[in-house]
Amino acid sequence: MTNQLLNEFTFFVLAVFVGIEVISKVPTMLHTPLMSGTNAIHGIILVGALLIAAGANSPVTVILGFVAVVLATTNVVGGFVVTDRMLEMFKGRQAAKTPEPATKSK
Amino acid sequence: MTTAYALAYLLAAVLFILGLKQLSSPRTARNGNYTAAAGMVIALGVTLPQLHFTGAGAVIVLIGVIVGTGVGTLGARQVKMTAIPQMVALFNGAGGGAAALVAVSELLKLGSHPPISEALPSVFSIVIGSVSFSGSLIAFAKLQELMTGTPITYPGQQLVNGLIAAAIIGFVIAVLAIASIPFSFLSLMVLALILGVAFVLPIGGADMPVVISLLNAFTGLAVAASGFLLNNFALIVAGTLVGASGSLLTKLMSDAMGRSLGNVLFGAFGQMRTAAGAAAGKEGRSVRTSSIEDLATLLAYSRRVIIVPGYGLAVAQAQHAVRELADLLEKKGVEVNYAIHPVAGRMPGHMNVLLAEANVPYEQLKEMDEINDDFKDADVVLVVGANDVVNPAARNTPGSPIYGMPILNADQAKNIVFMKRSMRPGFAGIDNDLLYDPKTIMLFGDAKDSLTKLVNAVKAA
Repeated sequence: MTNQLLNEFTFFVLAVFVGIEVISKVPTMLHTPLMSGTNAIHGIILVGALLIAAGANSPVTVILGFVAVVLATTNVVGGFVVTDRMLEMFKGRQAAKTPEPATKSK
Repeated sequence: MTTAYALAYLLAAVLFILGLKQLSSPRTARNGNYTAAAGMVIALGVTLPQLHFTGAGAVIVLIGVIVGTGVGTLGARQVKMTAIPQMVALFNGAGGGAAALVAVSELLKLGSHPPISEALPSVFSIVIGSVSFSGSLIAFAKLQELMTGTPITYPGQQLVNGLIAAAIIGFVIAVLAIASIPFSFLSLMVLALILGVAFVLPIGGADMPVVISLLNAFTGLAVAASGFLLNNFALIVAGTLVGASGSLLTKLMSDAMGRSLGNVLFGAFGQMRTAAGAAAGKEGRSVRTSSIEDLATLLAYSRRVIIVPGYGLAVAQAQHAVRELADLLEKKGVEVNYAIHPVAGRMPGHMNVLLAEANVPYEQLKEMDEINDDFKDADVVLVVGANDVVNPAARNTPGSPIYGMPILNADQAKNIVFMKRSMRPGFAGIDNDLLYDPKTIMLFGDAKDSLTKLVNAVKAA
């Protein structure tokens, strides 16, 4: 096993444990926003899509790169925006605790 | 310079972890999303100076990012609250597809016989990414009701699915082991796409949130595999984080439904339903209906009312109307609470989000365990567009597909009022005995419409 592969494998194993540990106490009502939030995070594939698309030099790689960039960007942008929309709705309850009337969310 | 890039990727990874942590607590959840987004901006920002653009590359990146941003923003902004789960499915599918295409592109550079350290992660990324892509599209179609939400089953289905999976594994082994077989990512991709479709078809629409969560975890793993292929730290860590937390989340979601993940994925809901349907066969039973005025009087002179919201509330966008009714009843001295079943609606937390939008006070939203003992003291349970979550078959009928699922004890209340569009069964597709209970009053129609009428009648009562 090369050094680099060994390093990568170490990151991978540690990330598995962190990923499990960090969300283990999530309440039911946050299941969907959390799913949507993690969905946005795997949009990081855009980094990979950019790396391959930038160097595209044949018709096949141009098409592949273009589609990959479109899909990945959709994943990132849509993922974060839709998660924010879900969580925006939770604002109402915070406002309900304060004496001030809640400002109307759009 | 590479050190700086690596440190920036590390910072991004830390922000993702913090973001996930914040996302798991109601108070910090929204900031958690911003934290993760900040991590994403950093990861992408650091990537840009590392790119070596060809002429065509610059053009497709620019146009691709603009198109993707437009589609993503528009989709996420325009989608109705009720349709958010299927939107998440689409975005997830996009990510899975992108992961597969990245692996394909990278493979093309490596020729028909890449070394195994490259071949393995790319095969993994292509297969899992493609399954996630096509599976997510089917999940979308089911939730969007472009196709039937009921499980699609046929004899020998498990066998066929098993064979497709075996074909993929066999193909991969053959390619890796025998040098004379050319590496054909195309056939691999086609097989994986078929598998994704075949895998989701037999799962019922009500279970789609669990499936989407699982496919979400899949995409995370596919992204991590692409990271191994490209030797990119950010992809490995972020993808693995999602793969791991997504897997746990999938388990938590099926736990919330009182079922094992295996039962959700391979339970063939359908098989059991035909059995239960045949056993039931109690056609021609009558239900009780009542006038709006009578119901208004019943509600206005109750002491305790529990509202059970469901998907019908979301469809009718009746959250404001239901709150108006609750406020009105409270003014008359009635104690009003909402009983939120963990899987009410199309996704966990659906009802919380919806009612929070209507500024329903947080204290009135009770989780199932918290309120289940209070039903027997309730004068009226108002079921607004819910069905399966109060179906006593989950307790009493061992053959039923939902048997064993924890339900709200609505049947223990003195009166039960069902607001439903029709006698059609709920999303699980099974009959509900509670509709025929002598204590039950049916109020047919659109939930918002009925609630508005009810509000006016209570005002007059």
